[in-house]
Amino acid sequence: MAAVSNLKNMVLSLTLVCLVCSAILGGVFAMTSAPIKAAEAAKTNASIARVLPDFESEPAKESVTVDGTEYVYYRVPGTGYAIISTVGGFGGPLTLMVGIDEKGIICNTVVLSHSETPGLGAKCQTDASFIDQFKGWDPAAKKLAVTKDGGEVDAITASTITSRAYSAAIANAYSVYLKLGGNE
Amino acid sequence: MSKLGLITKGLIKENPTFVLVLGMCPTLATTTSAMNGLEMGLATMFVLILSNIVISLIAPVVPDKVHIPVYIVVIATFVTVLQLLMQAYVPQVYETLGLFIPLIVVNCIVLGRAEAFACKNSVGDSALDGIGIGIGFTLSLTVIGIVREILGSGSIFGWKFIAGDGILAFVMAPGAFLVLGYLMVLFNKLAKR
Repeated sequence: MAAVSNLKNMVLSLTLVCLVCSAILGGVFAMTSAPIKAAEAAKTNASIARVLPDFESEPAKESVTVDGTEYVYYRVPGTGYAIISTVGGFGGPLTLMVGIDEKGIICNTVVLSHSETPGLGAKCQTDASFIDQFKGWDPAAKKLAVTKDGGEVDAITASTITSRAYSAAIANAYSVYLKLGGNE
Repeated sequence: MSKLGLITKGLIKENPTFVLVLGMCPTLATTTSAMNGLEMGLATMFVLILSNIVISLIAPVVPDKVHIPVYIVVIATFVTVLQLLMQAYVPQVYETLGLFIPLIVVNCIVLGRAEAFACKNSVGDSALDGIGIGIGFTLSLTVIGIVREILGSGSIFGWKFIAGDGILAFVMAPGAFLVLGYLMVLFNKLAKR
């Protein structure tokens, strides 16, 4: 029943199938590219809204290099910065968005992606007593490191490595803030 | 085989997870909760039905020697379409399943049904076969997800009935193997009756 497998038929059928499939993909891509962009922007804006107090102006995406690492951040004029900071956690990269206001005080932090252990390190997303301790933190006055390392961060029980990474990510974000001009 | 039989055989006699033991990678990896299992099952069912339909249509004109590449291109197209649609309209679902959606291309269930059924049967029968196997896969993943979520997180479909955590091992990889193994034993014992 199938067509004879000679070179002409094989080339012809593969070419046709690939052409039709690429046409379909092109069409779907054109159709969905706008909603995908909108969904990504909505997600970013939702994160920024969580780490910075109410803002009116549209956040502007910029990037800066500090100590050889490139950081992406969003500048919200009149409010502060939402800085994206990635460090190595226990199970892989841990990416945070850190909101720092214009006086250099941390407003809030939110986990953008992580690969920490469920129920242990992954609590850094949900454990309110851990996350809330950073609200209103002044890195110039209080050291951003877990108590075991001589800092003032209360680690999540049994997840010192994750807590250490979380603190380091915030400290890195703060150094980005200082590089951006700090509180001048 | 009756039309109804085409659908029901995917549930028990040819259940893709517990009897054919196909598509283990998404089964083990995405069933951390009932909802994740359900969503993964539905995503696979979407690809399975459409690829079965198209493959049964083009099978008579595809030369034998290139049929696998042709099928793979068709399946990959549907998977990419699904991926773009999910990214655009259900970004939260895409975030949890993200990595495993492209892997549907190499899911043996999809290619297996194309090879074993769709290329030899009519369009209607192939669509029914896709629905049947798809429902079987979705139900299996949901059941594994429910068991793992109850034991591991103490909740069902996100509704928590205990405070704190469950037995965390069940949310991680070892729990996936354990639950799958025990459910497979149970399933085959009940199905033999």
